[in-house]
Amino acid sequence: MPCRRPVFLDRIGPIHRQCAIHFCSALRYYYFLTFGSSDRPVRGRRFLSLAGVFQQMSAQGVDKSRRRVLVAATSVLGAVGAGFAAVPFIASMNPSAKARAAGAPVEADVSKLEPGALLRVKWRGQPIWIVHRTPEMIANLPKNDPKLTDPASEASIQPDYCKNPTRAIKDQYFVVIGICTHLGCSPTYRPEIAPDDLGKGWLGGWFCPCHGSKFDLAGRVVNGSPAPTNLVIPKYTYLTDTTILVGEDGGAA
Amino acid sequence: MSAESKSEVTGFLGWVDKRFPIMDVWNDHLAKYYAPKNMGFWSFFGSLAITVLVIQIVTGIWLAMSYKPSATDAFASVEYIMRDVDWGWLIRYMHSTGASFFFIVVYLHMFRGLMWGSYRKPRELLWIIGMLLYLAMMATAFFGYLLPWGQMSYWGAQVIVNLFAAVPEIGPDLSVWVRGDYVISDATLNRFFAFHFLLPFLIAGLVFLHIVALHRVGSTNPDGIEIKENKDENGIPRDGIPFHPYYTVKDVAGVIFFLALFSAVIFFWPDFGGLFLEPPNFQPANPLKTPEHIAPVWYFTPYYAMLRAVPPIAGSQFPGVVVMFAAILLFFFLPWLDRSPVRSIRYKGPIFRGFLAAFVVSFVVLAYLGMMPASDLYTLLSRIFTVVYFAFFILMPIYSALDKTKPVPERVTT
Repeated sequence: MPCRRPVFLDRIGPIHRQCAIHFCSALRYYYFLTFGSSDRPVRGRRFLSLAGVFQQMSAQGVDKSRRRVLVAATSVLGAVGAGFAAVPFIASMNPSAKARAAGAPVEADVSKLEPGALLRVKWRGQPIWIVHRTPEMIANLPKNDPKLTDPASEASIQPDYCKNPTRAIKDQYFVVIGICTHLGCSPTYRPEIAPDDLGKGWLGGWFCPCHGSKFDLAGRVVNGSPAPTNLVIPKYTYLTDTTILVGEDGGAA
Repeated sequence: MSAESKSEVTGFLGWVDKRFPIMDVWNDHLAKYYAPKNMGFWSFFGSLAITVLVIQIVTGIWLAMSYKPSATDAFASVEYIMRDVDWGWLIRYMHSTGASFFFIVVYLHMFRGLMWGSYRKPRELLWIIGMLLYLAMMATAFFGYLLPWGQMSYWGAQVIVNLFAAVPEIGPDLSVWVRGDYVISDATLNRFFAFHFLLPFLIAGLVFLHIVALHRVGSTNPDGIEIKENKDENGIPRDGIPFHPYYTVKDVAGVIFFLALFSAVIFFWPDFGGLFLEPPNFQPANPLKTPEHIAPVWYFTPYYAMLRAVPPIAGSQFPGVVVMFAAILLFFFLPWLDRSPVRSIRYKGPIFRGFLAAFVVSFVVLAYLGMMPASDLYTLLSRIFTVVYFAFFILMPIYSALDKTKPVPERVTT
């Protein structure tokens, strides 16, 4: 089958020359407007004045299909130009270099954290909770398994070294990002057993005040909550026995 | 001169009129714009909406003179306006109360449209411009609510921006782009202030288009009759009266009554029992702690209740977000959903009236449920009323065509 050129090229082909002539004439016109004289050397008769170009065009009559192609081509090029011009405006709304650099790791000293207590530290503008879990709390965790959406944290986000039943490096210290995986509220710490409002089966955990998501003391989401996955565990590491560095793990993952 | 004015005016006005069609504008849109003579109480709310828009723009610009859009200074600068700026408390309360009154007025204006069939042909475009205005208003209100940088500002914005994160694939990046940070931060506050300042210009432009479109097709009325179809020998609608002075005087009376009510709220009940200014917003934003109970301001709660009513499907909140936005977008399609042969509720049958009543009830109940903490009973109720809300729109092509209508009179009634 012979290769055919697209129709629009057939249309545009013969007018290349004329476009170039018009362009040069327009340049000359602007030169004239700017410097007030047209005494630049002019080669040949191709350089018509703009008025001359218009005269020639109207003498030839209007070729509407040509005009349509030119208008479409100009519009497309204009739209591409507008698209490029929009890039800096859209990109400037991304986090700035300063915001991107602000994710420095933070240290937390847990030596004075009493059993059952919760410590909040701020990392990347988010609350990080560190809970000193009591042995009973740890012992109660497996009892929640049947009620959970993702008991083994298969679909949830945590470093590999925390993908275990207690979701922690050391069982007694639970480190987690205190932001609900639903719509980003910070759930309330409810360590008590079976309070009136949370029901008899409650073995301690978090309750999100915004939309009622429930999490156990390993941040695992209870079935029927609006939150889809377990709370996110950040990267962290122990600098000493009781000092935790949140946000960095020295490549342990 | 080619653009000679139709009117003969001399003096300074004549000088202006030769250069700007001031008399044509005056006549076409006021003195010789003929509005139906039977527009009653429900026609107040258009002019009231313009009144509140002007109040919001003026008070907003004056607030911007003392407000500082930064995470460290914003909360303190609002308190500074309230305590230290002369009359600052009044300007601030006018603005915060004005936001709620804007929505009250616009909701009544929209309800009027539903009753009179104002969205029906040939007023489809007028209705769509109006819906764009409603969207622009909601966006402006949302951006504005972050600015006081209180607890409710912060966590409300956190939840709404996280809705974008529920969009599959691009969601997380999209929400970071909207915030300009990984959390709601100074960058977010700053840009929300810019948008809150920008959008009212868009609203003003849309109001202009809304009025241009209205004056092209003419005002409708409680009978839903085209007054243009019955003109006298001078080409003036028999059931029309000039907008000025008849309706200007009427609307001024409405504005005076409205301002009296508005002032009473500003002076005696500016937080309106926690509805207009929510109690947690009197505490500075704390990114580490969510207040015990968070809810949007009342004018967003119907949609918020729908968002909460939809359970996550396949571990994604996206369906709820879709339902919420669909609830707003459905309004755009009303002109094509209503197949009743008559326009106004006066001549529509019991089925349409019943559906409209159920729709209004569901809107109000959802607004209430959206303010309440989510309990099992409330979630169930939210689901039921969400279905009612959607049924009003989705079943409309069926029930509006089935409904028994009454004959429409030739001329307007009183």
